[in-house]
Amino acid sequence: MSDPVIQICGLSVAYGNQLAVRDVSVDIPARQITAIIGPSGCGKTTLLRSMSRLVELVEGVRVWGQVLFHGQNIYDPRVDVTEIRKRIGLLAQRPFPLPMSIYENVAYGPRVHGLRDRKALHAIVEKELRAAGLWDEVKDRLHAPASVLSVGQQQRLCLARGLAVEPEVLLCDEVTSALDPISGQRIEARLLELKADYTIVQVTHVLRQARRLADYVVFMYLGELIEHGPADQVFHNPREAKTRAYLEGEFY
Amino acid sequence: MGKHLEERIFIGLMVASMVIVVGSLVFILATVVVRGLPALSLAMLTQVPRGGYYLGKEGGILNAITGSLALASGATLLSFFLSLPVAFYLQLFTKDARFVHLARLSLDVLWGVPSIVYGAFGFTLMLLLGLRASLLGGIIALALLELPILVRAIEEVMTMVPFELKESSYALGATRLETALRVVVRQTAPGLLTALLLAFGRGIGDAASVLFTAGYTDRLPTSLLRPVASLPLAVFFQLGTPVPEVRERAYASALVLTVIVLIISLSARLLTRRLTRHVVR
Repeated sequence: MSDPVIQICGLSVAYGNQLAVRDVSVDIPARQITAIIGPSGCGKTTLLRSMSRLVELVEGVRVWGQVLFHGQNIYDPRVDVTEIRKRIGLLAQRPFPLPMSIYENVAYGPRVHGLRDRKALHAIVEKELRAAGLWDEVKDRLHAPASVLSVGQQQRLCLARGLAVEPEVLLCDEVTSALDPISGQRIEARLLELKADYTIVQVTHVLRQARRLADYVVFMYLGELIEHGPADQVFHNPREAKTRAYLEGEFY
Repeated sequence: MGKHLEERIFIGLMVASMVIVVGSLVFILATVVVRGLPALSLAMLTQVPRGGYYLGKEGGILNAITGSLALASGATLLSFFLSLPVAFYLQLFTKDARFVHLARLSLDVLWGVPSIVYGAFGFTLMLLLGLRASLLGGIIALALLELPILVRAIEEVMTMVPFELKESSYALGATRLETALRVVVRQTAPGLLTALLLAFGRGIGDAASVLFTAGYTDRLPTSLLRPVASLPLAVFFQLGTPVPEVRERAYASALVLTVIVLIISLSARLLTRRLTRHVVR
C-alpha cells in the first residue's frame, strides 16, 4: 500500500451535544479510491467533510482529534484553511453551480487564488472541462449561465470546477445519488480515470457502486469506525460481524 | 354544515380586507390623479418657483423634483454601502446567535422609529459636524432612515441563498469575503435591487427627516453643502396655503412623486429580469 495522504487520528465530531463521529482513526491511501460506506446517519458525510474542515461551517460543531494532511494537522490554528480546501476538493451530492456562466464557474477557483492571465485561465477551463467529460457539450456556449445545463452536466461542471484549483484529494459525497443512471455512470467513469492522479474519498450508500469503484473501504456504523481495509478483503472476508451483516443487507 | 359556514365567513372577511387594502390604494391614487392632473403643466415640471409662486403666480417645482431625486439617490447609495457590510456580517461572518438576535432587534426598533426622530437626530449630528441644513445633511438623515429597511431586506434575501452554494465556494478555498462578494451578491442581485427600491421609495417619500436637515430652497441643487427642496415638503407647503390654485398644485406635486416611484419600480422590474439570468435555484 502506498503512503497515506490523509491520516485521521482519534477524530470525534459533535453537533451540539450529538456525537456524529466517535474516535475514528484511519489512513487514506494515495491515488486510490477509498469508499466510506455505512447506513444513513452513520457519520460518513461528517467524516468526509471533516477532512477539509468543511464541518466547521455548521453552527455549534465541535471537533476533537487530528486530521493529518502530509503529516500536518489541518486543525492546527496556524493552518490557512483556504489553502487546505484548495488542496482537498469537494464534490457534493447535489450539483450547485455558482451563479455565473459555465466558463466563470470553472475559472472561479483559479481566479480566487490569484490567477489573472486570460490565456492561462482559458487553458485551465478547457483542460478541466475535458477532464470532466463536458467540453464537447458546452464548448459552443461557454458564456451561457451554468443553470441552463442538465443536472448530470452540472455535476460534471462541478467536477471540472473542483479540478481547476488542482487539488490532490477529491472528497466525493454520494456524487451520483441525485443523477440519472447514465449521468451517474459517466461520473463513475471519470472517477476511475482520475484516480491515476488524485486521491479520491467517496461516501456512498450504494454498495454495488462501492464494489465497482473502491480500492479501499471504510465501514462506519453509528458514528464509529467498524472496519477498514483493502476492498477485496472487506467485501469478501470481513472481520467484523456487523460489516458482514451490513454487506449481506441485514440493515441499511 | 357548520364547517362550511365557518369557511364562508372567513372567506368573506378575507375578501373584505382585500377590498379595504386595494380600495384605499385605488382611492389615494384616484384622488391624486383627479385633483393633480388638471393642475399639472409643463411649466411645473421644467421651472423653479418664481416670485409669488406660492400665491398662485408662475413657476414650477423643478427644484423639488431634482432635490428629491438627489436626496433619495444619495441616501440610498450611502445607506447601501453601510448596510451591505452589516448584512454580510450578520449572515456570513458571525456565529454568535445572541449578537445577531440583538442586532436584528435593534434594526427592527429603528425601523419603527418615527422619521421626525431621524430628522432631529440628523440635525444634532449636523450641529456636531458644523453642517447647516444642506443636501449632505438630508442625505445623512435619510440614509439613517433607510438603513434598517435595507439591512433587513438584504439579510432576508441572503438567508435564501442555499447553504450548499456557499459551501461550494468555500470548498474551492475561497474566503468568506470572496464568497460574499462574488457568489452571494450575484445570487441575490435581483433581491438586492428590490431592497434598494424599497429603501429609495421610503426615502423619497419622507418629509419629516429632511425638514430640518435639508431645509428648503427655490433653487436647483448645485452643492452638497447648500439646502435643497424636496417633493414631500413641496406638497406640505403648497397644501398649507390659503390659495386654492396652489393647493391644487400640491396634488400635482404628489402625482409627480407617485409617478417617479412608479417609473423607478418598473425599471427595477425590467432590470431584475436581466439579473436573474445567472441565479441558481
